[in-house]
Amino acid sequence: MPSKPQPSEERASWFLKFGALGALLFLHIPLILIFLYAFTTEESAYTFPPPGLTLKWFPLALSNPAMQDALLLSIKVASLATFSALILGTLAAAAVYRFDFFGKDAVSFMLILPLALPGIVTGIALRSAISLMHIPFSFWTIVIGHATFCVVVVYNNVLARFRRSSNSMIEASMDLGANSFQTFWHIVLPNIGTALLAGAILAFSLSFDEVIVTTFTAGNQQTLPIWIFSQMLKPRNRPITNVTAMLVVLITALPILFAQRITAGTSDSDGGSK
Amino acid sequence: MLKRLSTFFYLRPKLILFLQLSPPLLWFLVAYIGALIAMLINSFFYLDGFTGKVVHEFTLRTYVKLLLPTNLQILGRTTLMAVAVTLACVILAFPLSYYMARFASKRMKTFLYLAVTLPLWSSYVVRVYSWKLILAKEGIVSWFAHLIHLDGLLNWYLSSEALGGTSLAVSITGIFIVFVYIWLPYMILPIQTALERVPKSLVEASSDLGATPAQTFRNVILPLSFPGVVAGSIFTFSLTLGDFIVPSLFGNSSFFIGKAVLTYQGTSGNIPLAAAFTMGPIIIMIAYLLLARKLGAFDAL
Repeated sequence: MPSKPQPSEERASWFLKFGALGALLFLHIPLILIFLYAFTTEESAYTFPPPGLTLKWFPLALSNPAMQDALLLSIKVASLATFSALILGTLAAAAVYRFDFFGKDAVSFMLILPLALPGIVTGIALRSAISLMHIPFSFWTIVIGHATFCVVVVYNNVLARFRRSSNSMIEASMDLGANSFQTFWHIVLPNIGTALLAGAILAFSLSFDEVIVTTFTAGNQQTLPIWIFSQMLKPRNRPITNVTAMLVVLITALPILFAQRITAGTSDSDGGSK
Repeated sequence: MLKRLSTFFYLRPKLILFLQLSPPLLWFLVAYIGALIAMLINSFFYLDGFTGKVVHEFTLRTYVKLLLPTNLQILGRTTLMAVAVTLACVILAFPLSYYMARFASKRMKTFLYLAVTLPLWSSYVVRVYSWKLILAKEGIVSWFAHLIHLDGLLNWYLSSEALGGTSLAVSITGIFIVFVYIWLPYMILPIQTALERVPKSLVEASSDLGATPAQTFRNVILPLSFPGVVAGSIFTFSLTLGDFIVPSLFGNSSFFIGKAVLTYQGTSGNIPLAAAFTMGPIIIMIAYLLLARKLGAFDAL
């Protein structure tokens, strides 16, 4: 051990740096490999290093009908789930922010529950309801499941924004003669705009990516993650899966970076005032 | 007209509350709480072995089935895996969280924060898939083992009956590694949050009073950041308990809760048993959450 007079703990030890770097690499090398393998020439194995690199799988993957159907279904489901979550989440956030009512804590707890409990609980619960009520599997059973666990991300984002913004703007608007609708349109909506956008992006990628709950509510339909999952269980055309995997990373990661950016400023100023 | 309507609502805040709250509340009561109740009801039904149909009749026999040795084994194995994954996540997460909280500059911290959250949000299935590439027999792990002349060690490890398999991609070890990888970000962030709340003055006081860095770490930093560890473990534990994707893709024949539930409700149509099985993770999680609250984990979230 080095001597003690210097405040030596102000500098990170090599051991700590090594550990931190190790965790970082552990988190990212697999994602990098996804990108690498999208270009491998190999068709039926995962040899490292790849024997050669090619672009030929890209057009093949993009024109694969099963993949296209799955992608389309995922986009449709995620759009509708996001839309429902936006409405339900915003309403709930507005109610919780503005009013005090009996069971307020219970409401926020209930909204978080679908994300806090293991996905399989939501999944088998919905599956039980579907079986008990003899509801046929459909597009809508998937959407209902997804919207349920997406509400909380919108709710959290919008509620956080409400809590940060001051009420005086709204009062001023009303004092100056605007009615509630005008106030909502000109003051409230612009104010929570980016929070809605961020919540929507998070909800969309949450839904776009979901596989556990979907397995129980989809019947025979395949969303994109389920398609990838089935490809992994019985590998038929690995190159196409590889390319799709890479595209999915891009589709989910880029909007998230954007969402981080648009909410980063506000949360920073919040932290600064603390 | 609009103005009148506006005044009408303005004077009736209770009506606004009702209009705002009832859609989300109704949705959750019907689609979520209703579904949970349907699950509970289903777990008290049973599957007639001869007809293959679910009998809608109150009985405890499905729960009795849950106590069969094979099913108890599944519950035990899954819990053990969740514990192992959680411990590994704590060990892996701590250095990075510590570095983020105490040493990183502001810019570096933003970068690291993104670096941790990005995998969290990028596709779960694809992140699982990436390990299919890595752990495959011909994949990068075998390549690396060969490179540093350790293929003998790898093969020796794989030949172990409990932990090995034909390749890492078909072994309990594979499942363990992938779980740790997938849930690690959920552990890093709460620990980092907790560590940031450790007052610098306490750390300085400790070293002023003559403690070595190791002693300060053990007696000051670790106890104060423990709620963060517990908060993170809620995620790693709960997510491992309920997952069936990873065991289906990397496992051998040994079942985990999620995989069992999936199989029971799917091929055999035994929704009652699947529902009863799910009560396992629910009870374990409720117990865990109560314990976590006692340990102060919710302040660290």
